[in-house]
Amino acid sequence: MNTLEPILAEHPFLHGLAPAHVSLLVGCASNVVFQPGETVFREGDPADDFFIVREGDVGVELHVPGQGTMTIATVGAGEILGWSWLVPPHRCAFSARAATRVRAISFDGACLRDKCDRDPALGYELLKRVAMVMADRLQATRLQLLDLYERH
Amino acid sequence: MEAVAADPMLPAPWRVARVRRDTADTFTLDLAPAGGAAPAPFAPGQFNMLWAFGVGEVPISISGDPARPAVLRHTTRAVGTVTRAMARLRRGGVLGVRGPFGSAWPTDEAEGADVVLVAGGIGLAPLRPALLRILARRRRYGRVVVAYGTRTPADVLFRDDLQRWQARGDVEVLVTVDRAAGGWAGRVGVVPSVLRLASFDPARTVAMVCGPEVMMRFAAQELLRRGVAPARIHVSVERNMKCAVGFCGHCQLGPDFVCRDGPVLPWARLATRLLVPEV
Amino acid sequence: MTQVTWPAVTRRDSAGGMEVGARAVMDAAELADLVDALRAEGYTVIAPTLRDGAIVYDAIESAAELPRGWEDVQAPGSYRLRRRDDQALFAHTVGPQSWKRLLHPPRMRLWQAARTAEGFTVAPDDDVPPRYAFLGVRGCDLQAIAVQDRVLLEGAHVDPIYRARRAPAFVVAVHCGRAGGTCFCVSMGTGPRAAGAFDLALTELLEDGRHRLLVEVGSARGAAMLAAMDALDAKPAADAPDGATRRATAPATDADVAAGDAAVARAAEQMGRTMDAAGLRELLAGTLDHPRWADVASRCLTCANCTMVCPTCFCTTVEDVTDLTGDHAERWRRWDSCFTLDFSYIHGGSVRASGLSRYRQWLTHKLGTWHDQFGTSGCVGCGRCIAWCPVGIDLTEEIAALRRPPEAAVPPPAEAP
Repeated sequence: MNTLEPILAEHPFLHGLAPAHVSLLVGCASNVVFQPGETVFREGDPADDFFIVREGDVGVELHVPGQGTMTIATVGAGEILGWSWLVPPHRCAFSARAATRVRAISFDGACLRDKCDRDPALGYELLKRVAMVMADRLQATRLQLLDLYERH
Repeated sequence: MEAVAADPMLPAPWRVARVRRDTADTFTLDLAPAGGAAPAPFAPGQFNMLWAFGVGEVPISISGDPARPAVLRHTTRAVGTVTRAMARLRRGGVLGVRGPFGSAWPTDEAEGADVVLVAGGIGLAPLRPALLRILARRRRYGRVVVAYGTRTPADVLFRDDLQRWQARGDVEVLVTVDRAAGGWAGRVGVVPSVLRLASFDPARTVAMVCGPEVMMRFAAQELLRRGVAPARIHVSVERNMKCAVGFCGHCQLGPDFVCRDGPVLPWARLATRLLVPEV
Repeated sequence: MTQVTWPAVTRRDSAGGMEVGARAVMDAAELADLVDALRAEGYTVIAPTLRDGAIVYDAIESAAELPRGWEDVQAPGSYRLRRRDDQALFAHTVGPQSWKRLLHPPRMRLWQAARTAEGFTVAPDDDVPPRYAFLGVRGCDLQAIAVQDRVLLEGAHVDPIYRARRAPAFVVAVHCGRAGGTCFCVSMGTGPRAAGAFDLALTELLEDGRHRLLVEVGSARGAAMLAAMDALDAKPAADAPDGATRRATAPATDADVAAGDAAVARAAEQMGRTMDAAGLRELLAGTLDHPRWADVASRCLTCANCTMVCPTCFCTTVEDVTDLTGDHAERWRRWDSCFTLDFSYIHGGSVRASGLSRYRQWLTHKLGTWHDQFGTSGCVGCGRCIAWCPVGIDLTEEIAALRRPPEAAVPPPAEAP
């Protein structure tokens, strides 16, 4: 797992973290690969992992009866997938499926949650970073809702 | 510009050579000069005032290849009385043309730089001439990125062009839609988000942005966040136009007449104005 | 003291006759001969006339149609005419119209089109306007004409309709001897002495039982017209014992010139308001969010009167019309106003939907961005917008308010005991 440290240290998500916290995160990280079409997580599953996508696109989806499976967002290379691991009730709000071949780094969210509870400083740092991801998604979602390209 | 009448307020008759339905509400007209008039050269980003006989006149950006002005191409949405009348034209029909008017995308100034074209919806149409010119002189530029977003997969414009540009290998083409059902293998999300995936050197990038004003504001913010200089981000704005020659006053945006000082304007000049509602 | 600058005007001396800048005096009654001389030269003389309770500019056939012995009483939202106890010709100032009605007409057909087998043909209108002589152009209006010259003649495109009317126009200016109730030409550097390109300029001298006009030559053409006027009047004088002919004009004496200066100085002292015009471009660019806009918006009716009476407003719109057969089409141009809701309409809605944004557009353009666009102010201080605003909005007050820092919306809380 030490081979992941140089890769993770470069990622913006870990910028500014104390070395001890970086090591801790590296300790909870592993390489994962998804084939095209493979499920990353399913709506309702326990949300115990989150991912930094290194390569490929993941479609965040919701199944709507009558409309089928709707892709509501695509998470691509360099982006963070999943925040429900930090937000109760820790259940996946949506499904995620690899749209292409995906290489990602998976983090053991359940383990990190415990560590955050015991080390509030770590918790605050992770919460800040996850909040930024959520803010980006919220902004994008609002723009999508505005339906700027509406048909008249 | 020999083909433009001496009086810029007089439309010249042009004949519809080809009509193409692009999407549910968007269509493309290829025009050829009627009566043997010489084709008027245009610069990427410029527009013509198109007149439907007896109905009215609207400003429409030229979406064709600037290297082939004999085919005068316009892509537009059918959203009002005039554009709907234009959508009913068939091959052989006649349209009045005045122009070209307005400022151009800085394709010359961008030589030597990375070029990022950001398009939203119908905004891809005014950017197409710029991209065609850049690709015709590809070696003069660094990286070239096209980031394009629209409403749904059914609204994607110029699919053939997009595939061709992607297939070249020397253009990064990123397409995204606001919403999609299953079956769309592409990205879902907004243009500013998809810009994050693009590879370019902000320190030597010229960006050209066209689309709904809100989308341009957020795209410009993302480009600024990446480190692109405000003076090197260019946007194409749209305002009500009646004369296109700086007399009627309708198109003013602060001190600028969009028909004459624009429609292509540097973000540095516009930023404060576009952030004040109703300027 | 004005901080407003206007481009300088060069004048050329006449080959013969009076020099540019030379001054003469004539009896007020001789104005009839000037009108006759202008008409004899083929000019359509446009002058102040009294109609419907206002002084408006219209074609006259003789000086008898000028309104004698009238003055105007103007205040915010108010315009009245009042009888004087003398026969003054130019005691009124400016009314609801300006010379733009002649130079930049409210409604013009641009072209006609006819369907053909090949498509259509377009024929521009044969525009042969009359040659106008404007009699009674005040300093503010003279500068307004120069402002419109810059907009319509000196840009990348020339407006042929304006040019056709402007180029041959003969201008007889009037230096005001009395201020209107709402004007502020002194602040804007446009008067009371007319300082633009005129052919002749008159100052009315009404004192000591005499009614005379001081005439200043402004151009070679003006000098020639004075000479023509004198030639018209070359008839034996009734009171000349030896039958000598009497000229209409006589050289002005120093006392005459001083009387003229005094009249203009009196008008300058009567100015009812001032506009602090320094740095307006920067001020208006930097106060787009000022709470004063909401205040004026609560009063403004967006009736567009101000733009109709303003001598520099130039906005127009085009109307495409067709006949019932659909085979003939015409394009018309008519005055438009940024106060209308659809002035800024783009697909789905207007950019400036609120009255606030439309009033702000007008004022920031007139006094601010006009500098960016044309290198001068758009306001000449004529005061028409103040008089003809139904609710009496005074732009000099609005500017003064914009200069003040925004007042706190909520008073600060009292200190806790």
